[in-house]
Order: sequence, then structure tokens, then C-alpha cells
Amino acid sequence: MAAVLEVAGLTTVFHTRTGVVRAVQDVSFSVEAGETLAIVGESGCGKTMTALSLMRLIPTPPGQITAGTVRLAGTDLLGLSEAGMRKMRGSQIAMIFQEPMTALNPLLTIGRQIAEMVSLHENISRRAANARAVEMLQQVRIPAPERRAREYPHQMSGGMRQRAMIAMALACRPKVLIADEPTTALDVTIQAQVLDLIDDLRRELGTAVVLITHDLGVVAEVADRMIVMYAGRKVEDGRTKDLFADPCHPYLQGLLASVPRFGAAEGARLRDIPGIVPPLHDLPHGCAFAPRCACAVGACRDTVPPLEPKRPGHTAACWVT
Amino acid sequence: MLEYTLRRLGLMVLTLFGVSVAIFLLLRIVPGNIADILFDSAGLVDPAEKQKIIADLGLDQPLVTQYVRWIVGLAHGDLGYSYVSEKPVLDEILPRIPITARLAGLALLFAVCTGVPFGVISAVRQNTWLDYILRLFSLAFLSMPSFWLGLLVLMAFVNWFGILPIYDKAPQTWGALALMLGVPAATVGLRSSALIMRLTRSSMLEVLRQDYVRTARSKGLSEPAVTFIHALRNAVLPVITTIGIETAFLFGGLIVTETVFNIPGVARFLVEAIRWRDYPMVQNLVMFIAIIVVLVNLIVDLAYMFVDPRIRLRA
Amino acid sequence: MNDALYYARRYPLGVAGVIILIVFVLTAVFANVVAPFDPLTTNAKASLAAPGSRYIIGADMMGRDMLSRMIHGARISLAVALGATCIGSGFGAMLGLASGYLGGWFDLITQRIAEIMQSLPLLVMALVITASLGPSLVNTIIAIAIPLIPNVARVIRANVLSLRELNYVEAARAVGMGRMRIALVHVLPNTLAPLIVLATAQLGSTILTEASLSFLGLGVPEPYPSWGRMLSESAAEYIRSAPWLVIFPGLAISLVVFGANLFGDALRDILDPRQGD
Repeated sequence: MAAVLEVAGLTTVFHTRTGVVRAVQDVSFSVEAGETLAIVGESGCGKTMTALSLMRLIPTPPGQITAGTVRLAGTDLLGLSEAGMRKMRGSQIAMIFQEPMTALNPLLTIGRQIAEMVSLHENISRRAANARAVEMLQQVRIPAPERRAREYPHQMSGGMRQRAMIAMALACRPKVLIADEPTTALDVTIQAQVLDLIDDLRRELGTAVVLITHDLGVVAEVADRMIVMYAGRKVEDGRTKDLFADPCHPYLQGLLASVPRFGAAEGARLRDIPGIVPPLHDLPHGCAFAPRCACAVGACRDTVPPLEPKRPGHTAACWVT
Repeated sequence: MLEYTLRRLGLMVLTLFGVSVAIFLLLRIVPGNIADILFDSAGLVDPAEKQKIIADLGLDQPLVTQYVRWIVGLAHGDLGYSYVSEKPVLDEILPRIPITARLAGLALLFAVCTGVPFGVISAVRQNTWLDYILRLFSLAFLSMPSFWLGLLVLMAFVNWFGILPIYDKAPQTWGALALMLGVPAATVGLRSSALIMRLTRSSMLEVLRQDYVRTARSKGLSEPAVTFIHALRNAVLPVITTIGIETAFLFGGLIVTETVFNIPGVARFLVEAIRWRDYPMVQNLVMFIAIIVVLVNLIVDLAYMFVDPRIRLRA
Repeated sequence: MNDALYYARRYPLGVAGVIILIVFVLTAVFANVVAPFDPLTTNAKASLAAPGSRYIIGADMMGRDMLSRMIHGARISLAVALGATCIGSGFGAMLGLASGYLGGWFDLITQRIAEIMQSLPLLVMALVITASLGPSLVNTIIAIAIPLIPNVARVIRANVLSLRELNYVEAARAVGMGRMRIALVHVLPNTLAPLIVLATAQLGSTILTEASLSFLGLGVPEPYPSWGRMLSESAAEYIRSAPWLVIFPGLAISLVVFGANLFGDALRDILDPRQGD
């Protein structure tokens, strides 16, 4: 299957008082229809900025996308006019956010907020748009959707609101859904339900899903492929199964070692990665991970390692492995 | 909802009770007895006359009796007699209310109609030259004393147009009416407008940072749609809650503006009553002002409940 | 020092405000040296003299030099601004701290009293208080300070309430630190920033209130030359014949208040970016 979303060389910077912050640097990846790609990394690694760059929702100024292409079904989103991009948002590429509490307008009913999306992109009557809103609420398995459509966000639980967000994002059948930490703010039991819902809808509608998360457990559960980001750069890319079984970059190795597992030998200790993520306005010359890396060598401190294939379908940026 | 309204009403009565006690006591810690002042100013010498004044005013009664007498009268619409004109206080106050009410209403209307749009523009265009100019002007207006602004306006009218926007009991033309009400109203309203503009701006900036505004953009809405459908409603809510404060703020401006423009309203009358030491008048006028402020606050709070579904639907 | 330079560049309007305030304070302090004439000496021949080489901005009805009167008037404004702000903010902060920290009935009562005081417009309350105390400089300061108290008390109370919930205060409580000590060591210093911001914001409004009171003839009495009284009612008669009597005192009030407001705004942005307008 052909990739529906192709990102190449995406670079986003922020101009701040302390200098230029390179939030996203030369990031490339692609997603096929009906596929789930996970973007993984610690907070501050550029995951969310990557997602907002795809939507072209980076606040400008101070932010700016300085290089790269984002092809959605062949159209380069970065080349579109602002008006052209507005037509794509919601209808072709939609996004759900981390905080379902604050991401919905408190003064408008859920139904109105979904219907607004529909009538914005489709030439249908208000009544039909409202009917679609109810239909979408039903599709995200909200009980009593007619009643819920007339309710305000504060009348719903967190999980319910996130479902409503999903209903809104998918109301116009976008080709790509970007989910930025969609379950982080939810209770653990609700998390699984929401993830299952996204997964089911992906299968039903053939939507490509870009899932942004720091939770490797979530990745293992739903992602077909994953990319790992560190300090604004992609450091590893491949099928989830392969990356979990045989991580090439010491960063991913460290991340995996820090996750508790069932069946681990009793008394085995979790390992942490020493040090902290370097500030983005003051990155080291070579590999950004080198200062925290146990196996760093001289080259690591001098030159940024290129991404190169390490195994079939599995690339990483590391001088050592 | 009903319970909330009743509780608010109860609190209102409590507050007004407190205000009445405060005013009552404040006007009785005057250095020198009121009777002495009246006695001196009337140019009397006979001590018997003084005793008569004291007895007439009920000043020989204990404070509690005096207070109760005032409140009971207040409840019956009997506010006593002016020391100065010797007419019933109510007859003096009532005809002045509509004058001040019209002026205040117009001023508030002017303030909201200019303050909110400029505040929105300033926030949407944050850190542009337009924003700087609007902010500088609003701060400048807030820095000018109302009475000086009024004097400048009078000066401008006299020198440039050769007319004086002076109060007329029965204006002959619409133009005259607009002149005599509109000019003072705009003069008072300008400061309130600057205040509302600053409130709207900061509230709007706060709202524009919210996640739901980003959500609205992610749906593909245009900037005007994001501003007016999603941001403005949320931004105006906190501004509504300050209308009570606005009213109090406006009243300070009315006092001096009515004086400058020679408008026979309630606000100027308070100053006159204070100057003449007409204490029954002062006591009742201040009480009246407090009732208005407290009532406006109550109405604003109740209205707010209807506008904000988070409060309306909480029960 | 570097910080000061950074903020100076970042907030040029704040710097302008500071300069205005410095000039104002110096004028007030050195009024005797700066003023060309005695502000109280009358001169029948100079009555309503127009601005010229002798009386730079003219003379008033009694032939007193306007410039000298305005320079001396700065003293009144400064005294009222500093006095009322210090008294109002001081009492307000103490009440707010106590009612936020102690809670209970004390809090309930102070809250009710604050509500009662806030149901009267600032100028009305100041008018009634001056009427009751009688006109004098000290009474004017008191009359302006009292209406400030509930405002300050409410802001500080809210601040204390949110501070109480913070982890380090809870931690101090957990290790057995006394209530008084927590209040003095942990809570008080952290309310200073909002207190300074609030006090600065009120400088301008105290000057305006004094001007209004004096304009209405109920503020600082003769012989002090107060800016507000220089504009008092009779000024309306001069708007045609002697406009300088109207323009300059008002300009002085507006400029100083503008300076105070510019400074207050910048200070708020620097110290307490969360506190809204």
C-alpha cells in the first residue's frame, strides 16, 4: 500500500530570548492508510511540535517551519496557502489532544462542536450536520448520543470527553488522525478503552493514525511501526516488534530497560538513564544523547550520527551499534 | 438555583445592614455636634433654641433609637427632612434619579461598545503597533482625572464650536438632548471604556492561550471564526462579572462630571449635601448608592449563571 | 545589574514611568529650591496674568505664580500617594494575611466587612470619611487609605489561600513548624510580589482620588496648593478667559498618574505575570 502521509526533512525552530530552539530537526517518516505509527520519546523531545507542524498549528512567531515537506495523499501541506491548509485541517488531517478537559470549548454543546466541524467541510444542512454529530457519538460508543449531544463538556467524564474529541476529529473521515498523548490524562481502565476505540475506528475507516506517546506499553499494544525521537531528532525507526526485540540505539535500549516487565527475573532491578535531556537551545556538537550514553566513543561527541539501516527495515542513528 | 438566589438575597440584606450601620456611625463621629453646626450657621444665640434643634432632630435619643428610627422610616419610605431645604428627603432625591440613571446608562453603553471591541482588537493583534497605541491610549485615559477631562471637553466646545453643552431641563431639539446628555456621558464613559478595554484584552489573551482555541484551529476554522465563535464568548464572561465594579467606578466619575457639567443629578447632589452638612440627606443618599451597587452586583451574578452553562447546569 | 538592563530594554514604557516618577519626587522634595516664586504670595497686579517670561505658565486669580504653585502642589500629591498607599496596603496586607491564614470566624467577618466596604464607590466612601473627619492633610490621607484596605486584603487573602496548598508549606507543617513561623517564614515573603504590584497600581488612583476630593472642595484645605483644588469649580469660569489655569494642573496630575501606571504595568509583568488587569 502507498503511504498516505510522507514527511521528509521536517525542521521546526523557535526564536526565543535564549536563542534559536531547534524543536524538530530533519525528521522524516511515512504512514500508510490503516496503519498506526507511534512517535515515542521523553517530554520535550519534539513529539508534540512534530504533530503541530504537520497540522501547521505552530504559533508563528515565535515558531517557524524552516525546511521539509509534508505530503498528504500527494499534496505538500507546507506549500499550501493558509486558506488551502484550513480546508485540509479537519477534513483530511485531524488531531486529538492530550487534555480532554481543556480541549473542548466549555460554552458550546458537544453536538454543536462536532456539527461545526461537519458543516465547515461539507455542504450540508444544519440539521444533517447535527444528525451526523449524533451518529458520530454513537460510533464512539457513547450511550444515549442524542442526549449527550445536547450536553456541555463539563457534564461529561474525562473518558467521555476524549471519545467526543475522537468523534469530532473523525467526523469528516480524515485520511490521517494525529493523536497527541490521547490517554495520558485518563484513568488506566479508561485508557485501554480509548486505545481500543481508536484502533477499531482505524480498522473500520482505514484512517492512518499517528500516535504520540511516551508510554512504551501503549506502543507495544497498538503501533505497527514506531519512530523514536530524542532532542528534536529521529534516532530510530522500524517495526514495533523489531525495535522492541532488538533496539539498536542506546537510548531506546535504555528506555526499554527502564520499563518494568512481567516475568522478569525476581530481584532484577529496573535501570534508569543517567542525566537529563539537554536543553534544545544548547545541544552538544555530536550525538545529543552522547553525554548520557554508556557506550559513547570519540566520534559521538564530534559529529551527529546519520540514520542508517542496521537491520532490514530498521534504521538508527548511532556510531557505535 | 433558587437556593443560590435566595442565599445571595440574604447576603445582600446582610451587606446593606452593615452599610447602614457604617454610614450611621461614620456620620456621628463628626467633631462637633450637628446641632452646634446648625446652631452656629443659623446665627442663633439662645441656648433654648439649641435644645429645640437637638430635640427636633432626635439627637437627644440614644444611638440605637436613632438608628432604629432611621431604618424603620427607610422601610416606610419616610426618609426624614433635609436640614437645608426642610423638604422631605425623598422628594429631593427622587426627581434627580432619572437624570443620573440616564447619564450612567449612556456612559456604560458607550464604555462597553467601545471597550470590548478595542480590547479584542488589541489582544488579537498583540504586540503590534496597533496594540501598543490602544494600550497607551487606554492607560492615558485612565490617568486623566474625570473632572479635568470634563473641563477640557467644555473648553473644546466653547472655543471651537462656541456652544456649551449645559444641562437644560426641557431640551427643544434632539440635537440639544444629544449634546447635553451624550457629551457628559462620553466623558465619564471614556475612563470606564479604557478599563473595560484593558480587562477584555487580558481576558482575551488568556482565552487565546487555551487548548480549545487550538482545537478550533485544528478543525480548520478561520481566524475570525476562532476569535468570534470560540474565543470571544469565553473572554467576555469575566468582563461581565466586573460590571458591578464598573458601576461603582463609574459613580466616582459621575460625581465630578455632574459637577463640571452642572447636571442636577444624584451624584452632584451628594457633594452639595456633604458641603451643606445636610446629614439626613447624606445618610440616605449614600445608602441609596450602596443599594444600587449591591443590586447591580446581584443582577450581574444571576445573569452570569444563565450565560455560563458550567454554573447553570451544576445543580 | 544585567537583569535591570534586560528589563529596561524589554519594558521601555516602564522606564519612562520610572523617569516621570523620579522627576516628580525630586520636584516635590526640592520644591523650595526649584520654585521661582513663593507659592502663597499674592500679587493683585498679576491677577490672571497670561503665560510669559515672568510667569512661565501664568498666574492665578490672586496673582500667584502657577508654576511655583504646581511645584509645591507635587508635595501634596506625593504625601497623599505615599501615605495612603502605605497605610492602605499595610493594613490590607495584615488583614489579608491574617484572614487567609487563620480562616474560620475571623476570615468570615473580615470578608463580610470587605464586602460592605466594597459596596460603596471609592470616591463616595472617601467623601463621607472626609466629611466626617473634617478637612486636613492627614484626614485626606486616611480617607483615601481606608477604601484601599478591602481590595488589598482580598488579593493577599487569595494569594495566601493558594500558598497554603503548596507543597513546601505542607512540608513545613509536616515537620512540625509552628503556625506563626510558617506564616512569617514561608507565606509572608511570597505575598510580597503581589503586594508590591498592587501598591504600585494604586499609587495613581490615590493621586486621582485626592485630586477629585480637592476639586470638590473637600480635600486638602488652604493654604496648601493642591493640584486638584487649583482646578476646583471656579476653574470652569476660566476655560475661556484663562485656559492655562485649567490645562497645566490637570496635565501635571495626568502625567504623574500616567507615570505611576506605566511603572505599575511593567512591574506587574515582571513580578507577577499571572495577576490580570
